[in-house]
Amino acid sequence: MSYIKALKCRECGREYPKEALHVCEYCFGPLEVAYKYDEIKKSLTKEAITRRPANMWRYRELLPIEGDPTVGAQVGFTPLIRARNLADSLGVKELYIKNDAVNYPTLSFKDRVVSVAISRAREMGFKVVACASTGNLANSVAANAAACGMESYVFIPFDLEQTKILGTLVYGSKVVSIQGTYDEVNRLSSEIAGKYGWAFVNINIRPYYAEGSKSFGFEIAEQLRWKLPRHIVVPMAGGSLITKIWKAFKEFEMLGFVEGIEKTRVYGAQAAGCAPIVTAVKTGSELIKPVRPNTIAKSLAIGNPADGYYSAKVIRESNGWAEDSTDEEIIDAMKLLAETEGVFAETAGGVTLAVTKKLIAQGRIPVDESIVISITGNGLKTQEALQGRLVLPPVINASLKEFDGLVKSLEKKYAARG
Amino acid sequence: MKKRIYLTYPKELVKEPFIYQAAKLFKVATNIRQASVSDSLGLVALELEGEPEEVEKAINFFIEKGVKVEPIEMDVVE
Repeated sequence: MSYIKALKCRECGREYPKEALHVCEYCFGPLEVAYKYDEIKKSLTKEAITRRPANMWRYRELLPIEGDPTVGAQVGFTPLIRARNLADSLGVKELYIKNDAVNYPTLSFKDRVVSVAISRAREMGFKVVACASTGNLANSVAANAAACGMESYVFIPFDLEQTKILGTLVYGSKVVSIQGTYDEVNRLSSEIAGKYGWAFVNINIRPYYAEGSKSFGFEIAEQLRWKLPRHIVVPMAGGSLITKIWKAFKEFEMLGFVEGIEKTRVYGAQAAGCAPIVTAVKTGSELIKPVRPNTIAKSLAIGNPADGYYSAKVIRESNGWAEDSTDEEIIDAMKLLAETEGVFAETAGGVTLAVTKKLIAQGRIPVDESIVISITGNGLKTQEALQGRLVLPPVINASLKEFDGLVKSLEKKYAARG
Repeated sequence: MKKRIYLTYPKELVKEPFIYQAAKLFKVATNIRQASVSDSLGLVALELEGEPEEVEKAINFFIEKGVKVEPIEMDVVE
């Protein structure tokens, strides 16, 4: 049973058939999936969702596929952790971490969007899947394509570090390194998507792809026992995730699964070296002014975000705010998250926590209301960011005496025998 | 061929008539589909129609003049 009604232009509202289309022919606005909400309302209940397996497809009526998912059956339902140690450190009462650093199979939230994109692409008859990426998206497309036996192409800028390519090459994906400026790589990717009949996940399949992010929001609401958080902080790259979390909350409210959305505020986080959306929010501008990224948070380094305008709109609509964080603050926050909660997030997670700290300090987020921090990727993938930033371990010879000396120097009392 | 692009004019170029010039210099039909121009930034959604080489030349012309040319999808390298 399909609940997809049509594709609909976000600007002018024109409807299009549910095919591989992504731009409105009339106003060039982006297309979005519209659902048959009346029918969903009749057939989907909280109880039905609760009985289903713990993965993102438990919300399948609200995801844009017509049959069963054909890849990524295990994606999602990542932990929502009550972060008591971190809460103490930040001086707040009720803090949660939604942890997609452990999402299956490639340890980032991209597995959500990619498994929807590829499942939908297969339904539409595509044989080859592609993307242009410098990191998480590449890993996820390569892995998920491999898992369902599809051919995949991944386009990368030629100066990308070797270590970043390995996590894509290992899946047998055809990786093409493009020589040129970032803008040239970007334009060529769009041309290839237009010329070859491939499922380019974040171009011609984008309306379906982006919907996968809603599951991040659905899960938070369900894991909070069918309540919405009062405050949620979300990292912004292209800006799609924050808009889809908001859409998820709104859909749950419309279906009667949660209430009180007017009390929920959504906050956007970017790195100071790439903060076009934050700038727009702070200056009250409708326009997103493109920037040239310069930050260690590579997974957020999108200078001209496709959903920038819509992200700023969601932030305003929910009475939220946006902030950015410097490289130094990002590293400190990554360490704080790891040391207090045992969660090693990628640099983007550092951005989100650092921004949360700032918003609390500014009084924008009150200390006594529920707060969710969105962690979208795993720190093991961006270890180079910590190079030289951690105290290296002391080296001793294989001698108990030397170890005793070391313990003594730590000035801590341990119960030792003899 | 038909190509859809976004042009971003920096502040100092906002007043320049590049679209007119491109249509005069190359065999392309320029069709403005959306635009937002202020004194500090110009954004134009433009459709270019013509032979592929002519479309390419027009795009390079914009780039040489200092205008940022992007696909209608904006940044797709994620």
